[in-house]
Amino acid sequence: MKYIDEYRNQKLARSVVGELQRIQTRPWVIMEVCGGQTHSIVKHGIDFLLPEGIELVHGPGCPVCVTPLETIDKAHAIAARPGVIFCSFGDMLRVPGSAGDLFTLKSQGADIRVVYSPLDCLKIARANPEKQVVFFAIGFETTAPANAMLVHRARQEGVKNASILVSHSLVPPSITYILQSPQNRVQGFLGPGHVCTIMGYREYEPIADRYKVPIVITGFEPLDLLQGTLMVVRQLEAGEARVENQYSRVLGRDGNVPARKLVNSVFEVSDRKWRGVGWISKSGYKLRWEYREHDAERLFAVKEIDTKEPAICISGQILKGIKKPHDCPAFGTLCTPQTPLGATMVSAEGACAAYYAYGRHLRPHKETEKSAGTTMGGAA
Amino acid sequence: MCLAIPGKVLEEFEKGGLRMAKVQFGGIVREAALDYVPDAKVGDYVLVHVGFAISKVDAIEAERTYQLLEEMDQLTELKAPVVDEISARKPQ
Repeated sequence: MKYIDEYRNQKLARSVVGELQRIQTRPWVIMEVCGGQTHSIVKHGIDFLLPEGIELVHGPGCPVCVTPLETIDKAHAIAARPGVIFCSFGDMLRVPGSAGDLFTLKSQGADIRVVYSPLDCLKIARANPEKQVVFFAIGFETTAPANAMLVHRARQEGVKNASILVSHSLVPPSITYILQSPQNRVQGFLGPGHVCTIMGYREYEPIADRYKVPIVITGFEPLDLLQGTLMVVRQLEAGEARVENQYSRVLGRDGNVPARKLVNSVFEVSDRKWRGVGWISKSGYKLRWEYREHDAERLFAVKEIDTKEPAICISGQILKGIKKPHDCPAFGTLCTPQTPLGATMVSAEGACAAYYAYGRHLRPHKETEKSAGTTMGGAA
Repeated sequence: MCLAIPGKVLEEFEKGGLRMAKVQFGGIVREAALDYVPDAKVGDYVLVHVGFAISKVDAIEAERTYQLLEEMDQLTELKAPVVDEISARKPQ
């Protein structure tokens, strides 16, 4: 069955690429927003398969990457306190802060635990009433319902020793920010499939309309990404700018209504800083006042930490689609997943880390890659 | 990080005020909350993100996506330790 599927996929992939070649009249720059999509594109060499002149640039949608260094330092400071059990998704443990990463802190004796779900923190808090249990609540809109449920249940059940350190980002303000940049190159977007599974895609419609960009909500599999690209290019070639849904087998225009409802009752929109990029207005969540007893920043009153990012790092320009990993002199030399200098190298879903993981740092230049890729594409 | 993993709902139960399920992902069974997909029932396939079902999917779609995520080494979140009443008390 699997082989038949693979055969079918290859045939379909070839026909999508053929159609792209047929309709394309000029170069286009398209951004995939989500880090999971970036990982899939680089892993499967989707960008190599595309015809010359259709360029994919990699967006800001990796929550681990865009969590500011200051927040990682705050997490470190809270986790190092006696009487604290600090819980996190595994991805955050290896991200270096100014004073080392959480994994090292754990090996030095801090009680830091990797959890599968935010709900695990409730169990840990109930079992350890004498301790403060803090969850590192990072994520985009996809993860917000899970994090919201943790504080909602904690409040309902009166679990007073459970709190969250919030670092939540929102996609629509970030793509608006990219489109408003004078250096913007992005002409169309592959929208984030799982973010829209929660949020739906109504809020993308005014963006497509105002900035005259096609936005196609797209899944994560190679064929999804190829098909999403084709849908964007079709619109671009026809001079259209609408929101379309490539991922309709999973999501609809309104998203997940019960999840959105709980998120809105627990969080409110706030300004936030994105690592590598800076402050973007109304681009994140903070806890509503009613939930202040579960707000770790309030409980631990960690003072503002001054941080400095290496001047050489160009991750901000990469996240905005202005540059690519190869444009950075430190990529693959000074900066690797073991010694990351900035946002796009700290998580496997960051553009630099994905390029590195699949050996692209070993190739001299992106143009060489593309021409090598075209041959690969032809042979596929 | 925003990936959601498809799995099959094996059984439903109520815990801590939430509608929970045992969900099978390939050879791994983990718990997931069904509160955000109220119409999901035993036998259905759901997309699960950090312990919460966020959408229903059909069986063929679920199988294909799971295989792909496995090939892409994107199932690490399922390998996080199980927290139960006993393990919750001690550091990992």
